[in-house]
Amino acid sequence: MAKRIDATSVTAYYGGFKAIEDINLTVEPKTVTALIGPSGCGKSTFLRTINRMHEVLPAARVEGKLTIDDQNIYERDVDVTAVRRMIGMVFQRPNPFPTMSIFDNVVAGLRLNGVRKKSVLEDAAERALKSANLWDEVKDRLGKPGAGLSGGQQQRLCIARTIAVEPQVVLMDEPCSALDPISTLAIEDLMFKLKDRYTIIIVTHNMQQAARVSDRTAFFSIEQTGDPGRLIEYDDTQKIFSNPSVKKTEDYITGRFG
Amino acid sequence: MGDTPDRSANAGTGGPRVTIGHAGSAGAALSVDVPVTPADRAPDGAGWRGGGGGGGGTGLGGGGALPRRSAFGAERLFQGFTMAAGTMVLVIIVAIAIFLIAKAVPALNANTANFFTFEGWFPNEAQPRFGIGALAFGTVLTSLLALLLAVPVALGIALYLSHYAPRRVGTALGFLIDLLAAVPSVVFGLWGRDFFYGPVQEFSVWLNKYFGWIPIFGGEGPFGRSILLGSLVLAIMVLPIITSLSREVFRQTPTANEEAALALGATKWEMIRTAVLPYGRPGVIGATMLGLGRALGETIALAMTLGIVSNISFNLIENGGNTVAANIANAFGEANDVGRGALIASGLVLFSITLIVNITARAIIYRRREFTESAA
Repeated sequence: MAKRIDATSVTAYYGGFKAIEDINLTVEPKTVTALIGPSGCGKSTFLRTINRMHEVLPAARVEGKLTIDDQNIYERDVDVTAVRRMIGMVFQRPNPFPTMSIFDNVVAGLRLNGVRKKSVLEDAAERALKSANLWDEVKDRLGKPGAGLSGGQQQRLCIARTIAVEPQVVLMDEPCSALDPISTLAIEDLMFKLKDRYTIIIVTHNMQQAARVSDRTAFFSIEQTGDPGRLIEYDDTQKIFSNPSVKKTEDYITGRFG
Repeated sequence: MGDTPDRSANAGTGGPRVTIGHAGSAGAALSVDVPVTPADRAPDGAGWRGGGGGGGGTGLGGGGALPRRSAFGAERLFQGFTMAAGTMVLVIIVAIAIFLIAKAVPALNANTANFFTFEGWFPNEAQPRFGIGALAFGTVLTSLLALLLAVPVALGIALYLSHYAPRRVGTALGFLIDLLAAVPSVVFGLWGRDFFYGPVQEFSVWLNKYFGWIPIFGGEGPFGRSILLGSLVLAIMVLPIITSLSREVFRQTPTANEEAALALGATKWEMIRTAVLPYGRPGVIGATMLGLGRALGETIALAMTLGIVSNISFNLIENGGNTVAANIANAFGEANDVGRGALIASGLVLFSITLIVNITARAIIYRRREFTESAA
């Protein structure tokens, strides 16, 4: 259920602007990898290249090679929707479908894949909501609008929606930045639990969070505004936070810049 | 209302946050979230913004006694103005209703036939006979048919403009659509009568030949000046309204929701079905109802394209058809007193049909409000 990700000289553009350059990085299955770095350093951009969401934006494109278990997702005849089904994504702001009930939100991905049978959908919804630690809070109101939940619950609903289709990899783009500390804790707990089954990559601005949840940490940075973001250091989280080998990483995590 | 000195001085002090409404008489009703330190909240009211026009001692921000609220100012004036404007709607509606009823009742009393069931319109005779049934039927039939033809096309155009077309093409096409909305209905009528009539007539003959066994395409002819022609012209007329409004609501779909669908592995069409269409549903219903409103009330284009025969028939291609509004336009010229009263009575019926349509639309939107309100 989890796969290895290999990025080889990945470079991404927004029109003429080069947002990240020459990223090389390997993510092992069933680990949590944190991407940290100052704003605008391209960590979210890199995350979005992993499930080909980068190219959704007008004039955005990607160069380089990105393989999931030795299969290059940027090969010409690869079906983008299949890539995205394999690699789920949780966004910065909770984004449940506003017109759908809690239940419909969770099974939206399954319905897109043609699952129609009610019993299958119900089982999947219960499983996903339990995995997302949300079942007990919503089991009596599955028919209510998903947008009526609190921010933290909405984000867990979005996580449930993502894992309901049983992806191989789960990408999280600052999933807690819009949440209060208690909801953040709930989601961090969830990540520990999900690690058993999924490869997780998380972008975060919160270095304590990176230190708490991740096994490996990648530090991204830019020289100055307008320059492309680069991968500065990538190592075990413990090493990065206790004894980084690059001066810039140390400056960043000790709060001397960024 | 720029940054007042006391506000910027307090920025970042991290004191308790207090939301201040009613910021002076000249202020709009904006709530400003201002951090206020305890020191600012001295007993003399310093720290609270004074009333209009340099209300408090040293700066805008405070000092001195709290000024009184002004009894009459721009705030009150504007409130009064908006209320008057709001009330005017009610007054106009009531005035129209009274006018229609007062003029209609005498004519209805003079009617020697049943107003609801009689098929025909002869109010100018010594024994006035007229019935609304056929006209109301024609109105509803042409309008529904026009919507049936226009809505799918309009939604297709709207989706193309909002989600498929390159930006430049979308802008140009959107402009053309808006231009179509500005064409006067009499021009549509002329076009329908003198040009569009030809192809529609040939098409009707073809339909009659091969599908004549379906009652709506049956009949002996002549064909052409029919419900079909009227509905087609009407469909083209309501198309721009529905397109423009739908395009706007589709455009407003939150990017976050579109991306959520795409990230789940949706194709573009699946994304539209999952995120865009449900989100736009209330707006599309509203747009359709506006289109229906226009179709129901359309007068001159139908007066020029329909066969003007007052009977109830589902036949779409034979010469015939008439609507309430078209009948008013055609019959008003030679109407006597009773005749005019009869036309006004028919106007009253049209008014009621429109009212029912609007109430239905509201009810449809209201039923789903739990989902649409939380969407905002």
